[in-house]
Amino acid sequence: MTADADTLRIAAPAQAGASGRPRRKEGRRRWRGVALGLAGPVAAAAGWELAVRAGLSDGRLVPPPSRIAETFADLAATGELARHTVATVLRVAAGFGLGALAGTLMGAIAGHSGLARSLVDPTLQALRAIPSIAWVPLFILWLGIFEASKVALIAVGVFFPVYLGVMGAILSVDRKIVEVGRIFRLSGPAMVRRILLPAVLPGYVVSLRAGLGLGWMFVVAAEFMGASEGLGYLLVDGQQLGKPAEIVAAIVAFAVIGKTTDWLLVAATAPFLRWEDVVAQGETG
Amino acid sequence: MLILKDLGKTYVNGVRALDAVSLDVPPGEIVAVVGGSGCGKSTLLRLVSGLDRPTDGGVVLDGDEITAPHERIGMVFQEPRLLPWLTVAGNVGFGLAALAAGERDRRVAAQLARVGLADKAAVWPRELSGGQAQRVALARALVTRPEVLLLDEPFSALDAFTRADLQDHLLDLWHDAEPTLVVVTHDVDEAIALADRIVVMRPRPGRIAAEIAVDLPRPRDRDSAVWDAVKRQVLAALNGAREGRPTATAEAAAAWW
Ligand SMILES: Nc1ncnc2c1ncn2[C@@H]1O[C@H](COP(=O)(O)OP(=O)(O)OP(=O)(O)O)[C@@H](O)[C@H]1O
Ligand SMILES: [Mg+2]
Repeated sequence: MTADADTLRIAAPAQAGASGRPRRKEGRRRWRGVALGLAGPVAAAAGWELAVRAGLSDGRLVPPPSRIAETFADLAATGELARHTVATVLRVAAGFGLGALAGTLMGAIAGHSGLARSLVDPTLQALRAIPSIAWVPLFILWLGIFEASKVALIAVGVFFPVYLGVMGAILSVDRKIVEVGRIFRLSGPAMVRRILLPAVLPGYVVSLRAGLGLGWMFVVAAEFMGASEGLGYLLVDGQQLGKPAEIVAAIVAFAVIGKTTDWLLVAATAPFLRWEDVVAQGETG
Repeated sequence: MLILKDLGKTYVNGVRALDAVSLDVPPGEIVAVVGGSGCGKSTLLRLVSGLDRPTDGGVVLDGDEITAPHERIGMVFQEPRLLPWLTVAGNVGFGLAALAAGERDRRVAAQLARVGLADKAAVWPRELSGGQAQRVALARALVTRPEVLLLDEPFSALDAFTRADLQDHLLDLWHDAEPTLVVVTHDVDEAIALADRIVVMRPRPGRIAAEIAVDLPRPRDRDSAVWDAVKRQVLAALNGAREGRPTATAEAAAAWW
């Protein structure tokens, strides 16, 4: 326990114990973690590159990094990469927007009212048990083979984690903290703004990230079912034309954009979640 | 004047937690409520705070019937219940939202200095020790200048050192505006250290078993004979308040407690 430090501080309240947190050291430790994590993949890539250069393999089925980079550069130079990337990003954005909006609304309603929860939750849980890809034929029948069915599939993928996350976050708001709001006589809207929203936000961000991850998964499935552009189309194209470097380039693009959007989501919400930092750093440290 | 009149509470599960509790507390008095677990002490405070409604009787503060949380009644819980997304200063200022920012900051800074945590204003609650967190909770309640402050076992989660410290600190803070204090505690020494009057409760249903005036001058000496005399008196009352046990000596009661 820190009782002794506590007692000392009472004895000398004027003593400025300016709580200097070792941010610099933590930052350095984080970079060390990144470097260690990268060591394996980088070594493997370099090893493979050397093996192909040395003529140990022709690298036809597993292209070496340099050939992937070349393909990547070619695709970028012709504007193909940009065109496919934009098509995919727009689909994910539309599907994520719709799915997250619906998930947030339904989750908030189900979390707020026990009656609404009893009405909709069993149905939604049953629907959730269906592998989402199974909807594809039905969506194509209903919405055609163009954008609408693809966006719908992505939206379904995004919906469930967001719905569950929002409902769960609302249900798990600590009653004791709500009582603090009551003691200070917060009105209904003030209670939502000053207590409920901040309490729910961390869980909400986690569910949005999960939804976004599924959105990226489902866009691949959606683009497999017939698309004339998109990174998923590049995958299919590379397979049909026997160009593994194109497939790997598309995979790399997926990874980079997926991680970037996740990072953007985290960065956009980070200012509201600074109070959680302490824990996160404590855990990785 | 805080008046509890024939307070009774039956929970929806049928438990009669409180029955016919009447108590008049003049302004500035410090009342300690002691009693075994489950004898309705928390229920009593929740009714006075307006967080829960009584099933019988009522609570009146200076002529106002208390039916919901009241701006002149503050509350400190057993846990600090700080809002983790606000800094220490943000927590202390939580109840001052109606004030202009400048005035609020000034009052928060003054109150934080008063509880000896001026250097922690920008820190998150997670980074505080238990004793510091409870002092922030005290500051949050006191900064609104309540006329009545209710404390439900406020120091019971702390170690003996920190607890004694905070008891002295609470008395010191009390001198600022001399609010009425109602302190629930399990700790007889804590009750004697703080209170002008000790209310002993007994369970099933929760009722007042005895009231013991503590006429000791402050600061009170924990090692004095008068302290021991009061303690024996309280322990005897507590012992008599527990049903199903023959009245034993104060010594036996002390051992049990
Ligand atoms: N919300 C509730 N619903 C139903 N019964 C309750 C509720 N709160 C308390 N009780 C019951 O009322 C009685 C008094 O409880 P209360 O919490 O007031 O006791 P207490 O004196 O504060 O106990 P402790 O010293 O353990 O905190 C107990 O029998 C308890 O089980
Ligand atoms: Mg209690």
